[in-house]
Parts: sequence; structure tokens; C-alpha cells
Amino acid sequence: MREHISGQYDAELDELRAMVTEMGGLVERQLQAVCLGLSTWDADPAEPVAALDKAVNRLEVSIDDACAHIIARRQPTAGDLRLVMSIVKAITDLERIGDETTRIAKMLETLCALPALLDPLPELREMMERVQSMLADALDAFVRVDEERALEVIIRDRAVDRAYKALVTRLLEAMEASPERLRSYHNIIWCARSFERIGDHAKNVCEYIIYLARGKDVRHQGLDSAN
Amino acid sequence: MNDMPTLAFDPADSCLNVEQLSVSYDGKAALREVSLTVPRHRVTAFIGPSGCGKSTLLRSFNRMNDLIRGVEVTGQIRLFGEDILAPEVDVTALRRRIGMVFQQPNPFPMSVFDNVAYGLRLQGLSDQRALEREVEWALRSAALWDEVKDRLEASALTLSGGQQQRLVIARAIAIRPEVLLLDEPASALDPISTLKIEELIGQLAEAYSIIVVTHNMQQAARVSDYTAFLYLGELVEFSATDDLFTRPQARQTEDYITGRYG
Repeated sequence: MREHISGQYDAELDELRAMVTEMGGLVERQLQAVCLGLSTWDADPAEPVAALDKAVNRLEVSIDDACAHIIARRQPTAGDLRLVMSIVKAITDLERIGDETTRIAKMLETLCALPALLDPLPELREMMERVQSMLADALDAFVRVDEERALEVIIRDRAVDRAYKALVTRLLEAMEASPERLRSYHNIIWCARSFERIGDHAKNVCEYIIYLARGKDVRHQGLDSAN
Repeated sequence: MNDMPTLAFDPADSCLNVEQLSVSYDGKAALREVSLTVPRHRVTAFIGPSGCGKSTLLRSFNRMNDLIRGVEVTGQIRLFGEDILAPEVDVTALRRRIGMVFQQPNPFPMSVFDNVAYGLRLQGLSDQRALEREVEWALRSAALWDEVKDRLEASALTLSGGQQQRLVIARAIAIRPEVLLLDEPASALDPISTLKIEELIGQLAEAYSIIVVTHNMQQAARVSDYTAFLYLGELVEFSATDDLFTRPQARQTEDYITGRYG
């Protein structure tokens, strides 16, 4: 993209992109921390999540403010307008991913006080791997305005939904078989529910990327319209 | 230009049809093979950097370019199907059908009333009651009546710049043209007067087909239904204003409206 006649305007948009990248990085760290904690049945790695969430919330407010200033002072149009609109929407999803990780971190404290589950939960592991890579790729696609990558992430969300359903079925059966572990299973379902929502938020971010790249809104229309 | 999004109006519901219009001054091209269809009873804006040809295009519609020495015009312009570039066209009659308002308000040095009545009298209307009725109608249509009704006999030159511009619009619509051409109609006015003119443009579009040339892109975005972007004498893009300002198809349009034109 060519530079604006106003160098100051370019600087403001660059600053905005940098803040979104920073916010995305913090959210990624939150997600990695809870995944590590859950994989190792240890609440310690998730300890910084709450503090990170405060920083994420502060950034959301700052970015919103910066967007409002750009709209008021620059009256962005075309690609600039779509960038600002996408950012305003994307940071809401990033902030909610932060909230979900905070919720998981709290559940992890309860979980880790209970006896560790020895039987493997492959679907949970799969969900954690998938949503981490979805978030990383969504953030990367945002920076590069890479609509192909964004579309691919949207498609990958289906596998997360499938793993979630399979996990719930498995845990319901396990609850009947081992009622003494009911509390653990119950907490894990809640964690899985949060991972499933994180996948949805990463997918939303990718829908904004397609809007940013093409000016086409693909929300609520199924994948065919995104192609 | 290919790959243009389809316009959201029926080509049959148009006022002006331009086909392959080229205009040059002393051999120097100002417009190159421009084709477009201007919708009826809508506001169409022409935008583009200085020298892009937008004013030349506007002035072609009421043959203002005829006055310029060394001008050469090829192509076709049809007003509701009639060829308006044909040599036998009565240009005075054409200008009654296609009115024009300029950047600098240019009221005649006479009373408010006589300014608006001027064209009507030229058309042969002399009955005082009929004149009063028509003048009031035109001033009301131009959203000026309430401000001048008690000083219709005062000199038009005593009005403020914004009032003068609305007076000129009243004068233009008094003879009930079909198309109204506005060449930078608000660029000499303060922000409040500008907003009044913009509001007026929206109201007038109910009865007239309006074409506005403006340097102010935000103004084009606010007032128009369709926008044409011209660059170096060519029509680069013509689409619904909502589309042009959110997802322009051409790179040149994007660069211009986002302030990347250098």
C-alpha cells in the first residue's frame, strides 16, 4: 500500500497496528499458559494469566480510543476505513479470548486440587493444539492481511467443534462410570467449552480479515460465500 | 473500465447518457472517451484531482465549452434520448432544461425578487400574481423563503454568501429545469452555509436530477447517491457512493479517496 500524503496519518495507523499486535501477543501468552497448565495438571504456569488479562483490557480501551480519534480526525475511507472497522471488532474478540483463558485459569486451580486424571483425553489435547494454532495464524493473517490464511482458519474451526462434541460424549460416559470423579470431569467440560469459544473468536477475527481484504462481509453466510 | 460493479439503477431511468465523449482544448485532451449514464432524480458527484476533467464533463452538459476557443468535442451526450451536441440544438433552450450553479454566488445586482423572477420574465411570464407565486415557490424550494420573505425588494447583494448561493439555486430552479449542475457549489461558503446547501441538494433531488462537482470528498460522500471518479481525463470508476467510499474497485480510486494521491 502506498503511503498517505500525510505522514502523520501513516504513523497513526502504524501505531494502531502495533497495539493490536501487542494485544494479540498477550492473549497468545494467556492461552499458552492455560494449555500448559492443563496438560501438566499444574496451576502454576497459569498464574500470570490474570495479570495479563488486566493488560489486555487496558489495551482494548486504548485501541478503541485510538480508533475513535482516527475516525473523528481523519474520516478514513475505503481500505483505511475497513482497517479501522476490523480492528474495532477484532479487539473485542481478542479481549473475550483473554476472558476465556482467565476463566480456565480459575478452573485450573480447582482442578489441580483434585486427584490428577490418569486416563488420557485426546480430544481435549486436540482442542488445545488446534485453538492455539488457530489464534496464532489468525493474528499472523491479520498483520499480513492474508485472506487465504484467514479462510483456512475459518475452516479449521469445524474440527474444534467436532472434538468438543466428542469430548463431551466421552466425559458424560466417564461420569457414569466413575461418579467419584464427577467434579473433575465437570470442570474439564467447562474448560473445553471455553476452548471451543476461543476457536469461535479466532474464526471471527478471520472473518474481519476477509472483510478488510475484500470489502465483503462473510459473517453468518456459511463458507460458500467466503470462497 | 471493466469489472465495474453493476450500478443499482435501471439504465432506463436515466437523464443523461454520455457515450465516448472526448473533449480537447487546442489539441490537448481534457476528456478521453468517457461513457456514463447519469440517473434521474438522484445526486451524482464527480470527483477527482484538479485537471481530471470533472468540470469539463459538467460543462459539456449545457454546452458551456462551446464558448471556449479551440475546443473540439467528439462523442455523444443525450438528454432523455435527445442528442444535445448536434449543431442545430438551441443552446439557450438547452440551458433552460439544464441549469447551472457556480462556485462563487453570482446574484444579479437587483432585488431578491427580481433575481428569481428574471428567468420567468424572460420566458414571457408577466402576470404579477403568477410571478409572486412562482418566486415564493422557488425560494421555498431553495430553503430561503423564511429568511428573505420580509425583504424581497432588498438588493440581493445584501444577503450573506450562503443566502446568495441559495438565491442563485432558487433562480436556477424557478424555470423548472430537468437537470441541475452544481460546480463546487459550497467551496466559497462557511461550514454552516455548506451544510445548508448540502441539505438542500438532498431535498432538490426529489424533483431534479443533480450533478455536483466537488473537491471535497467528504461532501461527495455525504450528498451523493452515485459517484464518478475521474483521473487524467478518464472515467476510472463510477458506482454507488456507498460502494465507492468503502470498497472502491480501482487502485487509483482507493489512492485518491484515502489521501494517497501524491
